[in-house]
Amino acid sequence: MSKLVSLSLVEMREGLLRGDFSALELCDAHIERIEATNAALNSFITISSESARAAAAAADKRIAEEKDRSPMLCGIPYSAKDMLVSEGIETTCGSKMLSGFISPYNCTVLERLEENGAVLLGKNNMDEFAMGSSSERSSYGAVRNPWDLDRVPGGSSGGSAVAVSSGQSPFSLGTDTGGSIRQPAAFTGAVGLKPTYGRVSRYGAVAYASSFDQIGPLGRSVEDVASVLQAIAGKDELDATSMDVPVDSYLESIERMADEGLAGLKIGVPREYFSFSVDEEIDANLKGQIAALENLGAELVDISLPHTEHALASYYVLVLAEASSNLARYDGVRFGHRAESVSSLEEMYCRTRAEGFGTEVKRRIMMGSYVLSAGYFDAYYVKAQQVRTLVISDFKAAFANDCDVILAPVSPTPAFGIGEKTASSLEMYLTDIFTVPVNLAGLPAISIPSGLTKSGLPIGVQLIGSAFQEGQILGVAKALEQSNTFANNEKTQQAF
Amino acid sequence: MSSYESVIGLEVHAQLSTDSKIFALSAAHSGAEANTLCDPVTLGLPGALPVLNRRVVDYAIKIGLALECEINRESVFERKHYFYPDLPKGYQISQYEHPICSNGRLAVRMGEELRTIGITRIHLEEDAGKSTHSETEPVSYADLNRAGVPLVEIVSEPDLRTPAEAAAYMRQLRQIVRYLDICDGNMEDGSLRCDANISLRPYGQEEFGTKVEIKNLNSFRFVERAIEHEIQRQTLMLEQGEKVIQETRLWDEQKSATKPMRSKEYAEDYRYFPDPDLPTVVVDPVWIDKARSSLPELPEQVFSRFKTMYALDDYYAERLSEEKLIARFYDQAVSEHNNPTALANWITTELYGRMNREGVNIEECPVSPQNLAMLVRLIDEGVISGKIAKSVFDEMFSTSASPDSIIEAKGLRQVSDPEVLNNVIRGVLEQNPQQVAQFREGKEKMLGFFVGQVMRETQGKANPEMVNEILRKLLSEDA
Repeated sequence: MSKLVSLSLVEMREGLLRGDFSALELCDAHIERIEATNAALNSFITISSESARAAAAAADKRIAEEKDRSPMLCGIPYSAKDMLVSEGIETTCGSKMLSGFISPYNCTVLERLEENGAVLLGKNNMDEFAMGSSSERSSYGAVRNPWDLDRVPGGSSGGSAVAVSSGQSPFSLGTDTGGSIRQPAAFTGAVGLKPTYGRVSRYGAVAYASSFDQIGPLGRSVEDVASVLQAIAGKDELDATSMDVPVDSYLESIERMADEGLAGLKIGVPREYFSFSVDEEIDANLKGQIAALENLGAELVDISLPHTEHALASYYVLVLAEASSNLARYDGVRFGHRAESVSSLEEMYCRTRAEGFGTEVKRRIMMGSYVLSAGYFDAYYVKAQQVRTLVISDFKAAFANDCDVILAPVSPTPAFGIGEKTASSLEMYLTDIFTVPVNLAGLPAISIPSGLTKSGLPIGVQLIGSAFQEGQILGVAKALEQSNTFANNEKTQQAF
Repeated sequence: MSSYESVIGLEVHAQLSTDSKIFALSAAHSGAEANTLCDPVTLGLPGALPVLNRRVVDYAIKIGLALECEINRESVFERKHYFYPDLPKGYQISQYEHPICSNGRLAVRMGEELRTIGITRIHLEEDAGKSTHSETEPVSYADLNRAGVPLVEIVSEPDLRTPAEAAAYMRQLRQIVRYLDICDGNMEDGSLRCDANISLRPYGQEEFGTKVEIKNLNSFRFVERAIEHEIQRQTLMLEQGEKVIQETRLWDEQKSATKPMRSKEYAEDYRYFPDPDLPTVVVDPVWIDKARSSLPELPEQVFSRFKTMYALDDYYAERLSEEKLIARFYDQAVSEHNNPTALANWITTELYGRMNREGVNIEECPVSPQNLAMLVRLIDEGVISGKIAKSVFDEMFSTSASPDSIIEAKGLRQVSDPEVLNNVIRGVLEQNPQQVAQFREGKEKMLGFFVGQVMRETQGKANPEMVNEILRKLLSEDA
């Protein structure tokens, strides 16, 4: 295995500028790595070697011309969840429904990375239409966790997390609707950032639940993730929900916090989060993280987010309602799968959707349609919106009165076994308990590796910030990362 | 006379004439090749997101102000779900619980009477595409050019009572949207269309009867005839002791009848909910003030002004205020030559007549208001006669030339010189001694013969009043 596939983004950048290796060599090393490991991990649905090599060659030319004036990510390979539409490269969203679908336009974030000279290696596997927490529910087969091939990598951005943690890709873009970046990052020992709702354009991200979805980076270090966020954040005229808020210099925020330490910083620990049943090792790990933060000079405070227990129910009602609407466009008329030899319009709709969507997607569309239907709307949708407002005010109050950043687990358990939770959707939904409140409130949160279980599985910890305070949580995450002596790459890469 | 009172409410859809679509950058005009005005948003491609065209909001505020509505500070776009091949996303983006305008009114002129019709609400939405179904093969085609074209839906209170009132209301709305330049009002192309809700109740009863909706009426005549027919149908049912069923019907022009489209019992559940892709539309007072100050004078105001300022009667005032550009033409003409009644008459008879025959509208009209004013002035100053003026007008319409240049070129100036006329008349009398004798014997009508001869001699340019005067004088003198 080439050493090139374990470098940090800064190391890659320096190597490219010094001419230690070319962007094309860097690209080829990663393609080689993907080709060697994808059969076992199934983390890529599409490998776009040809366009990647062309982009890498162009980046080499640009670096030769512009040298250190070239963008930070110029020549650096990456991959993207197959939910982000890519001009000329198939986008399936993990579904048979979109098998063979080639978008005529590029997602805004891919466009921005292309402008920066980054090199798209391919598209990562995922739960179909992002509906899942294990990356098992893909029409293209389950994704495997490189730490234990019999375990799930989490989801729905499981392919992205695996690509990053197994050296297939230096970073990947995922989407997070209820934890879909943070939970797979925790399960695979990666860093995953879910930005504030509106921080990154959603244009070109296949919609799951529009008021929750947010694109964010997964990487192998806090610094790497910060560099990627820098490139993709900011207002986009094509997304009316993207916000015109100035984009901080995230690397500077990290450095400043590293210099100044965490003294004076208040970190809240929500007491409600301890009322859920959590794996003992996860619980112990969290306590270790609390101690580590105290050692770094932060003040840990007990806070209350009183409506947490209702968050999950509210989340699923709202997300499924939006999903049932967003997925109405897959009707076989203009693109994607269309049932053959039908005799009526209605039959075309019914069979197209019956054949194209998987079981979990159909389940969620039905539940979403139900909560929006006449006679149930007030009892479900309206009530869930009210709960959402309460969850938002919980966080607002905590940030206004008690703390700067909130510390929480990511998942109640480490990576579970493949097939272990697929029988019960409810049990699967419960794994999202610590991640969904953040999406209800539209806040930024980051998951970083915080240790290993006795059996050698990664554990992650979550830092939640107030709106548009990505710089702050990245800073705290960096400080915590330095104090954690947990290095994941050696172990995973030994396995491959 | 029926013992039932009819209660009618209209939902009028007006396509807004913006350059681009309501949520996408594609052009919004009609007449392009099928499926060429499309983009990822219009096609409902995965990942595409709507962004509101602010011009559309501007137009909605204008129509809201013209109809004396409250302009709501916050309005919300919602999704209305149903499956159809010309609806790309599987839902239409529309306003539901929180429309942009509410509580307005329109005073409809019915002869001498003014009827105030309440406007319940005005909301914004996107149009769907167009489906065509092959008659020979089991194939349908969808053209998505129209998908995403902005619409306002203007919903009236059930305040209308007769088919004629409904048509008059619709006519006045059309006039207003055209004055505002926000909709071309073209009903044949469907830029303006309406759904009518009709119910009957015994006179004196307050409670409404069961309503029937007639969809997609796209001419004033259809509005009137369909409602007329529906009232008859319901009257007959009620008189025979039957119950009216709440349903949606379509007007079949060929059969002169309405036919059922779908019954409300099977009505779809549209599952409305706020569109999470579109932030709440916030209209601040500054925006409203700006829109208000850009409003043109509206037809009703023009009508009143023409009556007071130019002392026109209702007929002229109404005909001249029908279209903004006609009113402007008239104003300009009067400012050039202050004879409002004569100008009103020339415009509504000669000008309209010629425009209709040639199928041109006022924008394409070859006669300028300045030239028409000059023509009337030349008549008033006795330079030409009214009769000559008609032929000058015809020439003006054909060549765009000014009346004075036509009169000069063709030598049409009226002959009013008494010496010249004296000579011509003497000549005529000398050439026709027999007729002179007959006149003197008491045949008064020979006078007409002499006038005709004089006119022939002068190619119609002789001042007719003077000809009469001189003729009488000469005929009596020589006696």
